[in-house]
Amino acid sequence: MSLKSRKLPYSLAINEAIHQMMEMDKAVFLIGQGVKSPWYVGNTARGLMEKYGPQRVIDTPVSENAITGAAVGAAIVGMRPIVVHPRMDFMLYALDPIINEAANWHYMFGGKSSVPVVIWGIINRGGEQAAQHSQALHALFSHIPGLKVVMPSTPYDAKGLMISAIQDNNPVVYIDDRWLYTLEGEVPREAYSVPIGKGAIRREGRDVTLVAASYMVIESLKASEELKNDGVDVEVIDLRSVKPLDETLLFESVKKTGRLVVVDGGWKTCGIAAEVSARVSENIFEYLKAPVYRVTLPDVPAPASCVLEKEYYPDSKTIVNAVKGVLGG
Amino acid sequence: MGKYSKEFLKRLYKSMVRIRVCEESFVEPILRGEVQCPVHLYSGQEAIAAGVCSALTEQDYIFGSHRSHGHYLAKGGGMRELVAEIYCKEAGCSRGRGGSMHIIAPEIGMVGSAPIVAGTIPLALGAALASRIREEKRVTVSFFGDGATGEGVLYESLNFAALKKLPIIFACENNFYSTHMPIRECRPENNISKIAKPFCIQGYRVDGNDVLKVYETSKKGVEMCRRGRGPVFIELMTYRLRGHVGPDDNIQGSHTDIRSRKEIERWKKKDPLGRFEKYLIKNGVLTGKSIDTIKKEIESEVKDAHDFTRNSRYPGKEELTRYVFKE
Ligand SMILES: Cc1ncc(C[n+]2csc(CCOP(=O)(O)OP(=O)(O)O)c2C)c(N)n1
Ligand SMILES: [Mg+2]
Repeated sequence: MSLKSRKLPYSLAINEAIHQMMEMDKAVFLIGQGVKSPWYVGNTARGLMEKYGPQRVIDTPVSENAITGAAVGAAIVGMRPIVVHPRMDFMLYALDPIINEAANWHYMFGGKSSVPVVIWGIINRGGEQAAQHSQALHALFSHIPGLKVVMPSTPYDAKGLMISAIQDNNPVVYIDDRWLYTLEGEVPREAYSVPIGKGAIRREGRDVTLVAASYMVIESLKASEELKNDGVDVEVIDLRSVKPLDETLLFESVKKTGRLVVVDGGWKTCGIAAEVSARVSENIFEYLKAPVYRVTLPDVPAPASCVLEKEYYPDSKTIVNAVKGVLGG
Repeated sequence: MGKYSKEFLKRLYKSMVRIRVCEESFVEPILRGEVQCPVHLYSGQEAIAAGVCSALTEQDYIFGSHRSHGHYLAKGGGMRELVAEIYCKEAGCSRGRGGSMHIIAPEIGMVGSAPIVAGTIPLALGAALASRIREEKRVTVSFFGDGATGEGVLYESLNFAALKKLPIIFACENNFYSTHMPIRECRPENNISKIAKPFCIQGYRVDGNDVLKVYETSKKGVEMCRRGRGPVFIELMTYRLRGHVGPDDNIQGSHTDIRSRKEIERWKKKDPLGRFEKYLIKNGVLTGKSIDTIKKEIESEVKDAHDFTRNSRYPGKEELTRYVFKE
């Protein structure tokens, strides 16, 4: 790690990435609801309006479809826009420009035109906000050919993946989680990138492989500490990119441990956990000593009542139980 | 004044007071952290819900948004079920699954409210379409804010409603702000009612803090819709007296209330409730004393709703997966 690193919260790591990229490249601009207000996007947009002005930091009316389309169009003609959706739920109005246009564009024109856009969707849940203000839709976007989907879990990755997403010549869906915003970690001062499609081992272990992304990495690490007390040695893999998936890292780990628990903050059916599980079964089935376990949200919309929320969101306890299950305990 | 019976005016007044007192009863519980879900208070906009809904019958439909407690109460929704929902209790109108932003009372024509901006506009369009197919006299009202005029689906809905002459009233509550954005930063033209014209829809622009004006315009709109001369667009100019979400955004730390003190004070003078009270006293409909009686009566209804809520249970965690599908 860089000598010049220091601790930053996750949200300010994103902020620093945007500052540095806007400084380095005039083609980069930020557009979306709330970029001039701390309410919507936390402090991720801090100081940008003051520094780069309303020409390149554009707060918008409530028009997700048009604004996302505009970002895609600007990308097609050579800009590198970041379009932010302060909640992923609001992004559903923009499925057409994201899926029909941006994702397909390069392919359907035989590679003659590309779309270097970052579609930034924030997961913002809990607090009894209920079904339309809590959704984690990364699996939905991962399903689409032509889209890359990243989900950083640390401040270091939050910055490095934002920079990679901006520099990538394809549409990248960058998904962060408000539950991570105050998490602090080492972040180098200079601009650097974290490669898209490369996972990371957060904890080495021999008994069980725990795979997670975004906020669920934190819960998985907590679970691995608890399990250590029970004599279970867990390896924790942070996917960082949910698409493309880092198969090499995943397979090496499962070959070593023979046991896999996939943890995801999205729903179960057709989710990322299902995808990870399928890849392992297809490719290295013979190494598995037990069936793969999934820890996900149930196939239920987000409830309001805090009593139901508590039951709804998996945490380290749910993960500990799953690991014990896969160990036959 | 002669146009209206005292009974009618009293009912209209009570409808507004019910909303105000009920809304204000959440302020302390929110600040104390007892109410956790996001609450968008309707205080200051009561004349609109009360005025529009008093032009409707129980058979008519309404759809709402994130700020719909007032619509629900004015249409005739039960206060106990509203308060219980805001506390996310099982006895709430959405059984604690929805919270403040998901209020419903299908039995009295409050078909649903949900917080995706403009999300329920096409649903209201569909309800009006259903009335047309079923050859009913029912009218549907779609309530939405000035912020929703940024969403394309509004214009698609206006066009289709006009094309099929559907019995729908587009009721746009223009409180001049969409979260942290003043209207001038959202639209080049602040007269919203003008968007009706290109779709050959009759558009009205009225003082949304004058309950009788709201009622009269709504009544006219409803009659047009019933006679097959819909749709109708009504812009209702108003102001929220509380924060975008919760009692005061700035005090709660989200700093979205960028409105100046002076502006807020100016609008407080146009409080629809105070204005209507003055009118009623001046015209001999109510006295200071009868106003007090009404307020006491409503305060005790609100207290009862909170007591009811306090004594009711949360949804059982074993019921998490219930209601995903209709069995
Ligand atoms: C599709 C969508 N985008 C953004 C939001 C966030 N949001 C919640 S309320 C609101 C502003 C609504 O303003 P307006 O329609 O004028 O209603 P008001 O709050 O003034 O009553 C916004 C942008 C949302 N709920 N849905
Ligand atoms: Mg508004």
